[in-house]
Amino acid sequence: MSDIAATASAAPPVDVSASLPARLAKGFVGRLVIIVPYLWLLFFFLVPFVIVFKISLSQSAISMPPYTPVLDFSSGWSGFVGKLKQLSFDNYLWLTQDALYFKAYLSSVVIAGISTILTLLVGYPIAYGMARAPATIRPTLLMLVILPFWTSFLIRVYAWIGILKPEGLLNQLLLSLHVISEPLVILNTYTAIFIGIVYSYLPFMVLPLYSSLEKMDYSLIEAAKDLGCPPTSAFWKITFPLSLPGVIAGCLLVFIPAVGEFVIPDLLGGSQTLMIGRTLWNEFFSNRDWPVSSAVAVILLLLLIVPIMIFQQAQARAQEQGK
Amino acid sequence: MKSLGSIRRAFAPWNDPNAKPYIQFENVTKKFGDFTAVNNLSLTIFEREFFALLGASGCGKSTLLRMLAGFEEPTAGRIMLDGQDLRGIPPYRRPVNMMFQSYALFPHMSVEKNIAFGLKQEGMPSADIQKRVAEMLRLVKLEQFAKRKPHQLSGGQRQRVALARSVAKRPKVLLLDEPLGALDKKLREETQFELMDLQQELGLTFVVVTHDQEEAMTMADRIAIMDKGEVMQVATPAEIYEAPTSRFVAHFVGNVNMFEGKVADRTAGTARITGASGAQIVVDNGDAKPGSDIVFAIRPEKIKVSSKKPAEGVNALEGEVYDIAYLGDMTVYHVKLDDGQIVRASALNAARISEDPLTWNDRAWVSFRPDAGVVLTR
Repeated sequence: MSDIAATASAAPPVDVSASLPARLAKGFVGRLVIIVPYLWLLFFFLVPFVIVFKISLSQSAISMPPYTPVLDFSSGWSGFVGKLKQLSFDNYLWLTQDALYFKAYLSSVVIAGISTILTLLVGYPIAYGMARAPATIRPTLLMLVILPFWTSFLIRVYAWIGILKPEGLLNQLLLSLHVISEPLVILNTYTAIFIGIVYSYLPFMVLPLYSSLEKMDYSLIEAAKDLGCPPTSAFWKITFPLSLPGVIAGCLLVFIPAVGEFVIPDLLGGSQTLMIGRTLWNEFFSNRDWPVSSAVAVILLLLLIVPIMIFQQAQARAQEQGK
Repeated sequence: MKSLGSIRRAFAPWNDPNAKPYIQFENVTKKFGDFTAVNNLSLTIFEREFFALLGASGCGKSTLLRMLAGFEEPTAGRIMLDGQDLRGIPPYRRPVNMMFQSYALFPHMSVEKNIAFGLKQEGMPSADIQKRVAEMLRLVKLEQFAKRKPHQLSGGQRQRVALARSVAKRPKVLLLDEPLGALDKKLREETQFELMDLQQELGLTFVVVTHDQEEAMTMADRIAIMDKGEVMQVATPAEIYEAPTSRFVAHFVGNVNMFEGKVADRTAGTARITGASGAQIVVDNGDAKPGSDIVFAIRPEKIKVSSKKPAEGVNALEGEVYDIAYLGDMTVYHVKLDDGQIVRASALNAARISEDPLTWNDRAWVSFRPDAGVVLTR
């Protein structure tokens, strides 16, 4: 947000010799460019959020829509204010009283956290190899990373069922190679969820890592070696710190959607897995309790937005120091 | 006592048959696929020498430097440093440090951390590191910039940080890859002298790669002129300029006039040369065989231009003033000889008032002494 403001104030100086209407028109066009994304965010992010937030303050009801009060002006201004007074934070209180929600949030964050670390461990070597590959084959490698997006996400997750199930491809292969004598139980365990998340979100980790590693000047590594630094130590002292922006961006891109992930735990994790995405789905579709599920969604949003804002603040401060 | 050029050098181990070589390239070849970057090259550099590798881009000079640093291994031949064969020794174990053309400063570290980096790798106690870093900062006059990050510095300051970092470990040899390439002209000239002083002060051996002949001439004790992976000539700047051994070197450094011809006859150390048009000149030469084709190379400032025919005893050729460039400190004349060859001559404007002013299309004589140029057979 502050970036946009800074860009606006740093716009080229207005041509003083131009006539006043021309200058106004110029300023208007400049503003319009900034206004469009703001309008987009207002209508497609802020307004829906306000609606969800309002529903989270309502009470569940057997009606259409399934909550009360419904805000309208049919009974005039005083009626509207009266309805506003019916709103309460009871649903949020309810979330703190039932341990289920707390456990679901916690286990979602833990599962997403572990998955993010695993994705980083798998993704970093891939991105590093791509960045160090000859420049001629880099576009091909990049293409291969993006290629899975050309097939439906749902189909790819279903395919993992075929691979991981007891009589699936993986077990058949291991059995025929005599590595194992009994089929491994992977499907419907946390392991399957981790595999699914790592597989699905790998490109989101690899791409930012690749872009930060690729633009790194290789002579920095040579300089480190020249000053007596063996290759492994040069990696930890130079390459890794310089790729940190990519690491952080990749981790956020994986962690945030993984916390609210619903499809992967549902298909690969079986019925016993407790994740907030599933809880949300249950509240909405099984219990038809829109207010409580809206409260769950609002808390989830706050849960994710707070660390991002802290991170952005830190980054802005670092940039300010850098100047 | 006579010598080439105007410098008398006290430090000249290359003339001492007993001097111990410090760096030796022995028949070194480096190939990248089909491309031969360095071709069967041998070269000796002495301790405390300021040695320059000069050549156009792609001549193999940087490859030579990178082989010394350990970033490339020779395809054939060997490199010796202070009696030790460097083959197989990785860059991080070689007692040489390099100053990179891009400076390669670590962007996430402050100036003092950059300088301390190599010392930390060495396992130096931190009190000593602090002392050494402070000393280095003083040496490059950056004391008040110790806490800055590289991107907060100007180009010239970054160059000095890179220099301080590369000499902090007191390497046996400091390699400099186009050290002044990114600086503007004025700063470059100042820094040339700073580098020379620094080398004297620290007593290190410097090997510098450059494509700028003026830079090499100013700083180096000796220069190796390279072309297509081979060394064309290794000599002091004065020798390179006054006594080039090939047309390539004569052309590469400074301006030169070439007179081509056949040796007509010889008398007492001089040879009479007949040009294609029949004009004759007499030049100093020890061993040109009568009848052989040779080139006489002479620098513009060794040629005198006058409106009257000069006295006997010097070579004099007649022509017409074709172009004049007045540069302030000197004037450059292009004289078109009667056989069509254009001769470049330059005259130092030592006096403010000229006795013999020339203008375009004047008839003029160019003259030079028999020992003013060199005879080239290559």
